[in-house]
Order: sequence, then structure tokens, then C-alpha cells
Amino acid sequence: MASKLTRSDRAGWLMALPGAGLIATFIILPFFLAFAFSLTNQRLASPNPTEYVGFENYRDLLGLSIFTLEPERNEAGDVLVDDDGQIEYPRLRKFTRNNPDYPKLQGKREWFSWQSGENRTVVLASDVVFMKALVNTITFVLVVAPVQAGLALVLALLINQKLRGISLFRAVYFMPVVVSIVVVSILWQFIYSPGDGLLNNVLSGLTFGAFQPRDWLGETSTALGAIIAMSVWQGVGFHMVIWLSGLQTISPTLYEAAEIEGSSKWQVFRYVTWPGLRNTAILILIVITMQAFALFAQIDVMTQGGPLDSTQVLVFQAVERGYGKQDISGGSTISVILFVIVLCISLLQRWLTRERN
Amino acid sequence: MALVSPDNRGLRLVTRYAVLILVAVIFVFPLLFMGVSSLKPDQQLLSDTNSLRAFLPVGDISFDNYSDAFHRAPIGVFVLNSVLVTGVTVLLTLFVCSLAAFSFVFLDWKGRDVIFTILLATLIIPYETIFIPLLLMASQLPWIGGGGIEFGWLNTYRVQIIPFIADGLSIFLFVQYFKDLPRELIEASRVEGASWWMIYRKVVLPLSGPVIATAAILKFLFMYNQYLWPLMVVQAEEIRPVMVGLGYFTDQLNVPWGEVMAYLTIITVPVLAFYLSLQRVFIASVASTGVKG
Repeated sequence: MASKLTRSDRAGWLMALPGAGLIATFIILPFFLAFAFSLTNQRLASPNPTEYVGFENYRDLLGLSIFTLEPERNEAGDVLVDDDGQIEYPRLRKFTRNNPDYPKLQGKREWFSWQSGENRTVVLASDVVFMKALVNTITFVLVVAPVQAGLALVLALLINQKLRGISLFRAVYFMPVVVSIVVVSILWQFIYSPGDGLLNNVLSGLTFGAFQPRDWLGETSTALGAIIAMSVWQGVGFHMVIWLSGLQTISPTLYEAAEIEGSSKWQVFRYVTWPGLRNTAILILIVITMQAFALFAQIDVMTQGGPLDSTQVLVFQAVERGYGKQDISGGSTISVILFVIVLCISLLQRWLTRERN
Repeated sequence: MALVSPDNRGLRLVTRYAVLILVAVIFVFPLLFMGVSSLKPDQQLLSDTNSLRAFLPVGDISFDNYSDAFHRAPIGVFVLNSVLVTGVTVLLTLFVCSLAAFSFVFLDWKGRDVIFTILLATLIIPYETIFIPLLLMASQLPWIGGGGIEFGWLNTYRVQIIPFIADGLSIFLFVQYFKDLPRELIEASRVEGASWWMIYRKVVLPLSGPVIATAAILKFLFMYNQYLWPLMVVQAEEIRPVMVGLGYFTDQLNVPWGEVMAYLTIITVPVLAFYLSLQRVFIASVASTGVKG
């Protein structure tokens, strides 16, 4: 390829420079700055100079301890119980506040706990809200990725049929993709209204009144699920189209061969369609996963992380600290953690595809 | 499906369409509800939710919500800002990214492969993970203005445009497309003494209609729908884009739902109309992002 005709260092550099320079300045530089800021106490605007703090930001976010509380006993050694028959334990704060015997528990708060015999085991976190955000984000991804990918495949199979007017249906299924997620969030916030809300009324109508109205976004048990359902509704058309282009790369002769052999529909899917979609499947899972980890607008518009932190997620936390509290270092640390998770998943994808080739 | 005997083709066809229509209802009705509700007074809007009237333009229908919405917020300004920011970014993206891709594909220069690999690697960096440090950068970046050099990009158009001009995906899409163009065409023009700039403009760009459409549509959707970034860097009302302008309606004690629906309709219907008129191109654009696996 390296002929004299195409060799041109000066022109080559000049033409690539605007694009490469902009990406270097506005993507690569802030990317490395995120790592750098995460090791400092950088603020958006501060009279004090920025200091290097090592891994303190990471410890403040990720610090975890497991601690076993033993029940209070009287002098005879019997377990004390309160009026309701519950075992009494010493107050946690006796250990977490300025207790020189337990330096690791200093400043931590209870995240969750469970009973084991007469002891109570408590998991303490330096930053309980962050931990909830981490768990919620991962839950969101773990539910959305397979559900959205699966539904998108079903839709792709539906509109891959040779029927009159099928392109109209394809256009309709894709429609929510071009609508802003912000618009969708506000619209669904109304649909999810408690009491006499639209969804409550629809469900009550479909069940002839048997359905009890819920406060979809106001209850800890349904808020994240409601956001998941809406996100899938908005995004599924995007991945349907990618599945569809994968479906159309499968040679029609394979289907003809299957038909001649009298295969059932399921057999055709299992032995012709699915093997031809393996790489598309991996790509789609990765794309959905990356998009799902970036979850922000839905939370910001609909719940602000509530109720009781049940919809806290990583990007929302990064923004609340980096922008809301002007704590650039804290926000950057969350961004780095988020990026590391996304990177691990991308590497997993590389590994999975290499296995195939 | 199992209940339908295979020879009964008519019934099978009806079932197929019934499924397709049922799914279509799920996608269309929320949007239909939005448009229809924007025409109703708040009280009727709320009471209509317990019947199919929610999806029908019946009762006390008017455009009052629209005029009230225009009174509540400078909607025209928001729309103009979004159109300006989106339009300028799309045009600059097309130019900058196609030029870079042209250089990567057709020219031979020192460091080309390394730089291309690095640019491709940026595809795995989600914008959400760099916005916080980018916010700090934006607050301190220099700019040459009327009064010499000034610092700080917050509350400007440029902070909404410049960081998004170049991105790995746009360059990658152009590269993929250029690779399939006949190289002889370029080399022949070279032999005839055409400059690289001339070849880019007169030979390659005229052949690039499909990829230009793809890159433009993807960038358009991304820019018009941006929310988090303008939320952080734009406080001034006169440069605010449409998605952030929503706060005027939702940050109220009693949300004026009719006006909200009117505003949502105003900012959504043009995009939907644009999409529906070019839906094949839109769908082909999204499908082409799938080839990178």
C-alpha cells in the first residue's frame, strides 16, 4: 500500500489533525484527568490549593467492614430481650464513633445486616448511598440487558416476516428510539402517577377492577422496576434494528434447506437462525450494557434517586457530587469506578468473540 | 399459535397481524396520549385517564395549553438554541470526521496506524464517565473573545458544540465506508496531479451520500437529545436548549400537565416527523452501528 502516490506526511497530518486533536482534548484528556482528580481533593472552584490524597477517595467510597454484634447480657450471662421479645444489642455507634479499639469501623454506617443464631452480623460501608447506587446500577444492567436484548430479538423476528405493510410496523416499533429519554421520562412519570394514574387505570380496567392501584415511582419495591420497564420501552427498537441486520445476513439457502428437511419452526430457529446470530448477540449485549450503565436522565427526571435511595445509580451520584456539591474529585472517582466496570465488560466481549474465531 | 391448523392460512394471517398490531399499540399509545392530552384542560386530562378517552381528542379541545406554555417559558428561544447547537455540531462533525477518515484511509503517513488505533479505543469511553472532569476543564478553558483572551466556557454556545464535534464512532463510520470506495479512482486523480484537498472534495465527498446521512442522523439524535451536559454547563436562559428548558414546567409545585404535554409535543413532533419521512435512512443508520462487532 505504501506507494509514492499515497505517501504524504504533511497532508495526512493536516487532514487528521482537527478530528484527532478534538478527540485528544475533549475525550482522552478528561479521561486521564478523571484518574488524576480521583487521587486529589480537587473542587470545581476553591480558594485552597489542590492536594494529592492518594487512594482516600476510593477508600471513602468502597470501604466495607463486617462486624458481628453480640447480644447484651446481664451479670448472670443471660441474653437480654426487650419488651417485644427482640434480642437487645449494643448500639453500633459505640463502635463506629471514636472507638480506639475498632479503628476500621471509624465513620462507617450500617448498610444491611442479618441474624445468625443470637448474634447479629452487620455489613458496614463508608458510603452507604454509593453502595446502594452500585447495587442498583448493577441490578438495572443485569435486568435490562437480557430483557431488552430478548424482547428486541422477538420484535426483530416479528418484523422479519414477509407480510404486506411490515415496514410500517418496523417504523412504529422504532419510533420511541428517536424520542428523547427526557421526554419519555416525563411522559411516563405521568403514566405512573399514583391512585388514579393512567397505568393504574389501564391495569384496573384489564383486570375488571381486581388490580389495586400503586404508587409506582413512590414505593421502594416498584420504583426501579418502573424505570426499567420504561427504559426497555424506549430503547428496544434500537437493538431490534441491529438484530434485524444480523438476521438478514443469514443466507436464505439455509432456510430453504431446513424447509426441505421439514424442520419445525423451533428447529429452524435453534439450528439456523441462532447460530448465525451469535456475534450479533454479543455485540448487542455489550451495547445495551454500556448504555445501561450510563443511566441518568430517567433518575434525574423521575425520582432523584428516591424513594429511600432505591433508585440511586452511579452516574446520578457522580453528578450529584461533581456538579451538585462541586466535589470534582469525588465525582471523578465514581466515574473511574464506572469506567473500570465498563472496561471489564468490554474485555469480556473481546474474549468471548476471540473464542469463536 | 399452536391452536391454529397449518392449512388455515387466513386465520394464521389474522393472528400474525393481531400480534403485530398489539405490539404497535404498546409503542404508539403513550405517544398518542401525549399529543392528545396537550389539547385538553388539566382537569379533563386527569379525569380522562380512567377511560379510552385518554387516547382520543374529545371533550374540551383547544390549543390553550400551547399558548399558556409559550407564556410560561421562552420556548422559541430554547428551540432556536437546540436547532443552532445541533445543526452547527452536525455540520462540523461531518467535515472534521470525514476529513480525518479520508486521511486515515487514503493517505500514508507516519504514525497513522497508532493514532487510528487510539481513536478507535476511545469508543469504549462513555461520555458519562468524562463529563465531571470535562466540567472542570470547561470552567477554565481559554477563548479569544472581543476583549482578548478570556477564560471559562460555561454558559456559552461553544461549550455545547466544540467537545462533541469529533468522536470515534463518526470517524469509524466514514472509514468503513471509504474503505469500500475504489482506490484506483483516487490514485488516478493523483496521477493527474489533483491535490488531496481536491480529491476529498471533488471525488470522495460526492460519492459519500449514504455515510453522510448515517453520521448526520446519529449525531443529530445525540445532540438534540443531550440532557446531562447542558444541565451542568448552561445556566443562562438565552442559550438553554429544549431538554433543559423542561425545568420551567416540571419544577412547579403543581405541575401544569396540559402545558407539559404541549411542550413535550412541541419538541418531539418535529423529530418524529423528520424520522417518519426518512425512516428507512434512520433505521439503516442505526443498523450500521452494528457492524463494528
